[in-house]
Formats: sequence, structure tokens, C-alpha cells
Amino acid sequence: MTGNSNRRDFMKMGMAGASMLPFLKAMPALAQGSDTLVVVTGQTINSLDLHRTGTSRASYQVGVNCYDRLLSFGTKEAIGGGFSYDYQVIEPELAESWTVSDDGMTLTFKLKPEARFWDGRKVTAEDVKWSFDRAVSVGGFPTVQMKAGGLERPEQFMAVDEETFVIKLDQPSKLTIPDLAVPVPYIINSVEARANATADDPWALDYLHMTPAGSGAYKVLRWNPGEQLVYERNEDWVGGTMPAVKRVVIREVPSPATRRALIERGDVQLAFGIPDKDAAELADKIDVFSTPVENCIHCLCPNFAFEPFQDPDVRKAIAYAVPYEDIFQAAAYGRGLPLWGDDSPIDDIAWPRKTQYYTDLDKAREHLAKSAYPDGFEVPLSISLDLASWMEPTALLVQEALGKIGIKVEIEKIPGANWRTAVLVEKRLPLHLENFGGWLNTPDYYFFWAYKDGHLFNSSNYRNEEIEALVDATLHMPMDDPAYAPQIKRMFEIALDELPRIPLYQPALNVAANGAEGYEFWFHRQLDVRPLKAT
Amino acid sequence: MLSGYPRLRAILLRIAQAVPVVFGVVVISFLLTRALPGDPAVYFAGVMADEQSIEQTRIALGLDKPLPQQFAIYVGNLLQGDLGQSVSSGRAVATDLANRLPASLELTLTALLLAVLVAVPLGVWAATRPGTWVDHLCRIVVTAGVSLPTFFTGILLIYIFYYILGVAPSPLGRLDFIYFEPDHVTGFYLIDAALAGDWETWRGAVKQLMLPSITLALFTLAPVARMTRAAMLSALSADFIRTARAAGLSGRKVLFGYALRNALLPVVTTLGMVFSFALGANVLVEKVFAWPGIGSYAVEALVVSDYAAVQGFVLAMALLFVTLNLVIDLLYTVIDPRIGFVSQ
Repeated sequence: MTGNSNRRDFMKMGMAGASMLPFLKAMPALAQGSDTLVVVTGQTINSLDLHRTGTSRASYQVGVNCYDRLLSFGTKEAIGGGFSYDYQVIEPELAESWTVSDDGMTLTFKLKPEARFWDGRKVTAEDVKWSFDRAVSVGGFPTVQMKAGGLERPEQFMAVDEETFVIKLDQPSKLTIPDLAVPVPYIINSVEARANATADDPWALDYLHMTPAGSGAYKVLRWNPGEQLVYERNEDWVGGTMPAVKRVVIREVPSPATRRALIERGDVQLAFGIPDKDAAELADKIDVFSTPVENCIHCLCPNFAFEPFQDPDVRKAIAYAVPYEDIFQAAAYGRGLPLWGDDSPIDDIAWPRKTQYYTDLDKAREHLAKSAYPDGFEVPLSISLDLASWMEPTALLVQEALGKIGIKVEIEKIPGANWRTAVLVEKRLPLHLENFGGWLNTPDYYFFWAYKDGHLFNSSNYRNEEIEALVDATLHMPMDDPAYAPQIKRMFEIALDELPRIPLYQPALNVAANGAEGYEFWFHRQLDVRPLKAT
Repeated sequence: MLSGYPRLRAILLRIAQAVPVVFGVVVISFLLTRALPGDPAVYFAGVMADEQSIEQTRIALGLDKPLPQQFAIYVGNLLQGDLGQSVSSGRAVATDLANRLPASLELTLTALLLAVLVAVPLGVWAATRPGTWVDHLCRIVVTAGVSLPTFFTGILLIYIFYYILGVAPSPLGRLDFIYFEPDHVTGFYLIDAALAGDWETWRGAVKQLMLPSITLALFTLAPVARMTRAAMLSALSADFIRTARAAGLSGRKVLFGYALRNALLPVVTTLGMVFSFALGANVLVEKVFAWPGIGSYAVEALVVSDYAAVQGFVLAMALLFVTLNLVIDLLYTVIDPRIGFVSQ
């Protein structure tokens, strides 16, 4: 279905052949009933194919709702209300069962024999192989994400018979199985896709961009880019519990004030990704879920390429000067989790964890006096205009606090289009705010991206030989290995002492519901519509 | 050859004059988008991109080639009528524009129509009674209209008519989700629905159009009303009006037949200008009312440095204004026969 789809196409796609009028009259009633849910979001779905270059984050939800993966995660109760996916529990989606060889290098998956694509064709191991080959071959984000689980080359994937799929790994890794449950490695109807591929476009990127071809819980009934996407339930889905709602309408409403009016009035049942401020104010009126984003921290990052920040006392002085509570209230409206003021010894491997720092200007001044810059210095603090909702109040508070200990801060606002280049690729911002969150929820994965030298989210140009070795050692190690926990604790100790990133707080993803229940938080921070129910 | 058709000849001449303008726009929009800070390859390579995948993306986008070559490719495609592919929407820019331009035009034209319907009578009324309460009312309405930013008026109207009173429909774009958009003929929902004879959808579209077009109309009201008032004042004090009155023509005939007709020229000129800035002011209204128009498209394209989309937008706007100016010039000759086409 495309944006140009007209009413006739719509009728063909499973609408009863009855005249339009009853439908028109029935829809408003249905919207209140259990058959249709309306969701508003501020983000734009710009593609129905996650593997395409330029696909926006909001589009990942199509990968989740319309396609199946081999595996999925379980469900647990979430902090802040509602449910959350459960990283610790792996559940089957298209795979019926799977085995891991003793050396951990060979993974064998048995597909569900009754699984069918939307066109009625059986899901085979050949489809899985084609889809995985595609993910590791198209380049860009999907290829990087596959690599995180040790999935790098098409030769690693084998379709043994119709229902048996095998993955050969170069080294055993605890990240492989979870990486199969992220949105990227979804299973595409390879026969349909190949029929629409061309010599220039062997992976059918143009076709699948507009026309999903999967086996997932929902089909795309219509898509008007920039306006709306309508899901319709796939009645033959075998990937999990059959969704309760027949039709879900995702409407794009850019203005947060308009979204708030709609959800408060109850004309829409779910508002996804509302601002912290609205979440705080709506919490007593309707259901608001503010789930702390796992493995995600909003940080203040002193860049080691800037001389004063090579002095550990300067970094500690800043860490003691930061007004944590004020920032948490002003920037996050108390949504999320505080990450400061716990000086008990590090005895677990939970991450993000509270740091030993707290706001104490005297301590900050002491550290600065000990440093090579007792009289302070001047530094720009860079923020992204795209993320101004939390960065701007945070930056103002940091500016004020650092001014009190003699560090003169000037706030530099960088347009969204430049932000990534400046902060992550060129890593040239002396002092800046950063908000990395890892999809795979293990501390070593966070450290891999954010603390290893040269890695994308290490925007502080930090390098510590011990951290390098510890991350390499723990990245693929099973979490129940006795050597794992001590090394992770050591990692925490170094990182929180050296402070290339000063944790401020753990942000929350806010969702308001008025007439819907069953919302579940996912690490990819997009809406999984499958568990939703109308109330 | 065309000497027998002076008007046609003049139109063709005007179109020929527009060619260098359009070419200039093509060059400038190309250079400006490239001069924008920000690296589209980094942006489109996605959240976890490493250097290798950024490079792959750069090649896929054709941004690894030198600038003159990129420009040659762009112009070559343009000549074949191909505006290029938008990376963020993944579709031809021409398709995107064809979908979104009518949405903006429908909103802007409706707003202008509303503004004219209110502003011209208001201006005339105020001009015939300068210094009275009508004149002051006109001044207050006009000042309020320009001084309130459109997003504020928009949110205020939503708050009153949707949130509190519940008389306006959900501010969810061009049509509530219970309707289907009419078959695409012109892209204007009101026209397409009427052509299809689907009055249910037509009413739905009108309801959705109401608040955003009032918002925009309030904003565009001011210049039109002020210009009408000023032009009417000077027309009414002109000699020919005194002559007409002295000749015993009825007040109505003098006012509408002579004064207004003479005052219309500057009003039409102002309308042309108002139309252009209303299209610009659209962006904020589009955001507030989730209106899938061209303004929000251009802003999103700019934010992600989606070159083809930005260039396509600028070019479409340039063409639109060339056409608009031509139409306004033609209108002059209709309103005032003294303005000859040949003299231009």
C-alpha cells in the first residue's frame, strides 16, 4: 500500500465489500470500542523498511509490528507503571525451538511449521537466510547492529532444510541471542521481495520501502507519509499471543500541545513519547507511563582533547558542582531516575548506577584549588537544538553552578543536522551533553560504545588501557561467568573515578493512555502495538 | 507572428523572462544546500554508524563526487523533469511535492478568501467613517491579528473550540481518520470530494479546514484591511469622486463602482505579497494542526540536510511565485483597462 492508495485498494485489502457509509458511521463508535485504537506521536514514519538508508527511528515500529524475528523478549512489570520487555527472558517468535552447540559457536533454529507470510506462503529457512544476508549486506545501521551480535557475513547463515536454520559464529557471545530479538533481523518474504528486486537493487530496498512483506502480527492497511499509518491485524499470526485490537491508527501530530489536548479529551487512546512536562502534569488525570530507559544516561561530558579536562581534579570539581536535583526537576520534571549521591561500595553490576558525587560547592572548590586551574578557565558548553527540551535547562543550570566555582561557561547551541558530526564523529566539543542508550542491556555493551577509545559515543576522546582490556574481555563473556562481575565492577570504579562522562540522570520514555491498556516499554523506544487493548 | 494576439505574446514574453530567474534559483538553492552545515551522510547512516558505514552512505547518496559533477547530474535530471529522490521520505521529490503542495495551497487559499471576505468590507467601512468607532474597531482587529503569532492563535483556538467547547473536530490534519481521502484529481480535498460527489467527506474536510484557515486568516487580515482602508481613503478624496458625487450619482454607485474599483489595484498587489508570506507562515499552523503541508516538509528536509527535497521545495516555490506574479499582472488589466499589456 502506498500513500496514493485510493479507496478501491483499501476495499480490496480486506474491507468487507459492503458500502462505505456503514463503515463511516461505524468507525467513530469502533474507536471507542475494542476494535480500533488511535495513537498520536510527534515523530514521522518515513519508511516501512528499517534496513533502508535514511529510515527514521520512528519507522522501526513497522519492523516490530509487521515483521517477526526468530526470537523475542519476555514481559515484566516496569518501574513507573505498566509493563516492560524483559531482557533476561528470551521467547520464541518465528523459531519454535533453538539449540546452542557446546562450544557456543553454532546456533540451530527450528522454525514454527505453521508460520505463514501474509500471502499464505510458508515461512522457510531460506527466507530467514535471505533476510539475514540482507541485513549484513545493505550497510549502514542494520549491518552495524548485526555485527554487535557477531553476525557479519552471509556465509555464517545456512538454511539446512525448510524448517532448520543455522548460524555459525566466529566466537561465542552472550550478545548473539539478544541481538536476534532486536528489530533489525526480521524475516522478509524473500520470494515476494526477489520478484520485485532489480539488478541495481538486489535487496528490493525500493519495493519493501513502500510495501512490507512479512509474517508479523499486523499488516499495513494504508500509509500516508507524514500523516498516518493504519495497521490491521493479521488473523493468521503465529508469532505470539493474538493481539486484542483489530486496527491501530498511528497519527502524526507534530505539536505537543495538540497531542496533549487530544489525549486529554480522549479522542485518541494513546499519546506516544510526550514531553516530561506534560507527563508530570497529566499524571493525576489519565494513565501516564514514565519508564526509565534501560542502559541510557544523560551525561555531561568533559572532552579530554581540551587541556583543562585532562586534569582529574577539574573533572571532579565539575562533578561536585553540578546541581543534580535541580537539573532532574527542571529538565526531566522528575521523570526517570536520579543517578547521584550514593557512596556505598560498588557491589552489584546494575547499570546505570548512582555515582558517589553530589552537589557540594565547597568540595568542588577544593578540587579546583588542587588542580592546575585554581582560578578557573573559560569553556563553551555545547548542546543540540534538536534536544533542547532537556539540554537547554540543564546547560543553564550547569552554567550557573560552574560560574560559582570560577569556570566561565558559554552555551553554544548547535543545529540538529550538525550535532552528530560535531559531537560523535569529529568529537570536537570541549564540554557537551550526551544521551547514549544501548539497545542490548548489559553494562559491557554500554562501555563498548561510550568508553572505548575511538568508538562512536565516546565523545570525550577518553582512553584508559584498563577499560579497553576489561571491555574486550567482558563483551562476549556470559554474565554468569564468575570472572564477569568483578571485571564489570572494576570498570564502574574506573569510569566513575575518571569521569569522562558525568552521569546526570536516567531519562524516561513517557506515554499517556486514555482508553487503552497493556502498554509495554521496549528498549528501541518505539511503540509495540501488539500487546495493546482498549478499555 | 503573435502580433495579432498581444496578450498571448506578452504572456509568453513574461514566461521567457522567468527562465533566467528560475535558473538563478536552481544554482543558488544547490549552492546554499551544500553550504548548510551538517553532513547528511552522518545523519542518514543512523544511530550506530561507524566510519565505514558513513562512507558507504556517502557513496550511496552520491555525495562523494565533486560539486560540479553533482551539479551537472542535478541539472541533467532537472531537464528530464526529475527533481531527484528525497532520502528521508525515500520517494521522488516530485511525488512528495504533488502530495503536499495542494494541502498547503488549499489551506492558504481558503485563509486568504476568508481574510478578503472580512478585510475588504472592514477596510471600506472604516474608510467611509474615518475616526469613528468602526475605524477603531478595524484598527484593533488588525493589530491583534498581526501581533499574535500564528502558533499561539492556533493553540488558543484549539483550546477554546476543541478542548473546552468541543465544537471543533480533533485537530488531526486534513481529514479525521474515519474518512478516506477522495480520489486524487487536484489534490485539493474540497474539489476532489465534490468531483466525486462524496459530500460526507467534503463536510469532513471543511470541518478540519475551519480552525487552521481561521488562524491563518487572522494573521493575513491586517495588511489587506489596512491597504483597503488607505486606498479607499485616497480614492474617496480624489477629484473624480467629487465629480461623480456632484453629478448626483448614488452613494452606492460612487463607493463601489468608482472608488472601490480604483482602490482595488494596491489591494491586489498586497494580496500577492500576503499570499507569499502566508505560505511561509503556514509552517507553524501546519505543525499545530498536524497539517501535512509543504512547509513542514521543507523544515524537516532542512533539519536533516535532505538536499534534493530542499532544492525541490525552493524550485517549486520559485515557479509558484513566477506564476502568481503573472496572474496578478493579468488581473491588473482586468481591473483597470488603462493598464495596457503592450506597454509592459
